[in-house]
Amino acid sequence: MAELTTLREGVGALIREGDSVALEGFTHLIPFAAGHEILRHGRRELELIRMTPDLLYDQMIGVGAARRLVFSYGGNPGVGGLHRFRDAIENGWPHPLEIEEHSHAGMANRFAAGAARMPCALMRGYLGTDLMAHTRVERVTCPFTGEELVAVPALNPDVAVIHAQEADRLGNVQLWGIPGVQKEAVLAAERSLVTVERIVDELEPKPGGVVIPGWAIDAVAEAPGGSRPSYSLGITDRDNDFYRFWDKLSRDRDAFTDWMNENILGEEVAAR
Amino acid sequence: MTVQQSPAASAEATAGEIQTVVAARRLRGVGSVFIGVGRPSTAAILARMVHNPDLVLVYESGTIGAKPYHIPLSIGDGELAETADSIVSVPEMFNYWIGPGRIDVAFLGAAQVDRHANLNSTVIGDYNHPKTRLPGAGGAPEIAASCGEVIVIAPHTQRTFVERLHFCTTVGHGDGPGARERLGFRGAGPTAVITDLGVLEPDPESKELVLVQLHPGVDVGQVREATGWDLRVGEAPAVTEPPTGEELEALRELVSR
Repeated sequence: MAELTTLREGVGALIREGDSVALEGFTHLIPFAAGHEILRHGRRELELIRMTPDLLYDQMIGVGAARRLVFSYGGNPGVGGLHRFRDAIENGWPHPLEIEEHSHAGMANRFAAGAARMPCALMRGYLGTDLMAHTRVERVTCPFTGEELVAVPALNPDVAVIHAQEADRLGNVQLWGIPGVQKEAVLAAERSLVTVERIVDELEPKPGGVVIPGWAIDAVAEAPGGSRPSYSLGITDRDNDFYRFWDKLSRDRDAFTDWMNENILGEEVAAR
Repeated sequence: MTVQQSPAASAEATAGEIQTVVAARRLRGVGSVFIGVGRPSTAAILARMVHNPDLVLVYESGTIGAKPYHIPLSIGDGELAETADSIVSVPEMFNYWIGPGRIDVAFLGAAQVDRHANLNSTVIGDYNHPKTRLPGAGGAPEIAASCGEVIVIAPHTQRTFVERLHFCTTVGHGDGPGARERLGFRGAGPTAVITDLGVLEPDPESKELVLVQLHPGVDVGQVREATGWDLRVGEAPAVTEPPTGEELEALRELVSR
């Protein structure tokens, strides 16, 4: 049964130095508050896993919390590049970042295999691309048809962290809107933390709602607004202006560092 | 006969507007289109407004049948989810919808395009020591492998249209005839590259891109100059029909929302 806890205690208990951590959420429901809490706990040497690193991993990479990044699309959606991600890969700032990249289909299948506790997933893809030579995939032949396919290795992170709209007092979680790969990430991981906009007495079924039973989750913490500047459908709106602002701010190392210290990392911010 | 035009539409169309309008026209009679953000999204919404009100818009985020009123900034904006016929997870999107070839047309962009319409969106320079690290593959490789056909939308410059890709992220027509079949790809691959200067289409035999259409006011020399290889030119390339008043007015109204 999921333990209802605070964000600070949940992060402190579940995320350790050097862990492989998947903070998932495909454009929607990105767990920014939890990611920031991981930074305030000073966790470093992390293997960060996310299909779309987005601004959250740009921030985590920029402050030097990541040793390795596993991803499939490192852009600022609709705006451009991710400047801290680029600076780490192109210039090794603030320190070199090891990368492993896939396609979206590859990452999605890796999470699904991880959730199923299968060693790999089979798919059509990668063949003919230069990705074949630069990432972890292998050619396999279908034993039934002889078709040449690609196998991608399962992803089983130490910890998955996701954000959802609501949970009940038993820790059953419901999210709706774009579901991304969050359910797969939670079921693939050894440990899991879910932050929610609100705790309710009873979950009210929503069209397309994805419910994850509390007994499949380690901890649930209330974090209202915890997906900003991403969004929680029906509760908060995506802050597109912030995504544009980030493109300008994050180009400069000093401006980035000052902003992070002032808005994310400072003691007084943590106390809020 | 005089055609009535609104003041907004009377101004001459920009090259970017023509590119968007031409892309939208390609969606006449199409059932479903897979789109990323930016110009492809604008073109697909325009197509729904002007040419094909029943067109099903599919975004990578899992929103199938989205009907956005505004041009979304990201592929996962709330309006896409709120207006979709169905919203699916990412594994479902790729394994049940894209992979089996259920989507008719895909619009893709890229930082580099070669003569066989292969695409690079990964790095400029060496992979391990990139000059410019680009976002990476996203959904493009499997989208291009499996959707019914692919339409590439890119700005026409020597930087983009290159003799040799620095990295092949997405296979278009590989090294030429038979390449897609050898790889087991089910979709037809790129059928057009729409730029701000004109339209290139693969030669049916050689699969090499050929200039088949020029936008108004653009000449062949200009397009060849903006292409990083010795671009083949079709016999008597057509001239793009300029945007109609209706198209331009709808596009400008959409952008202003």
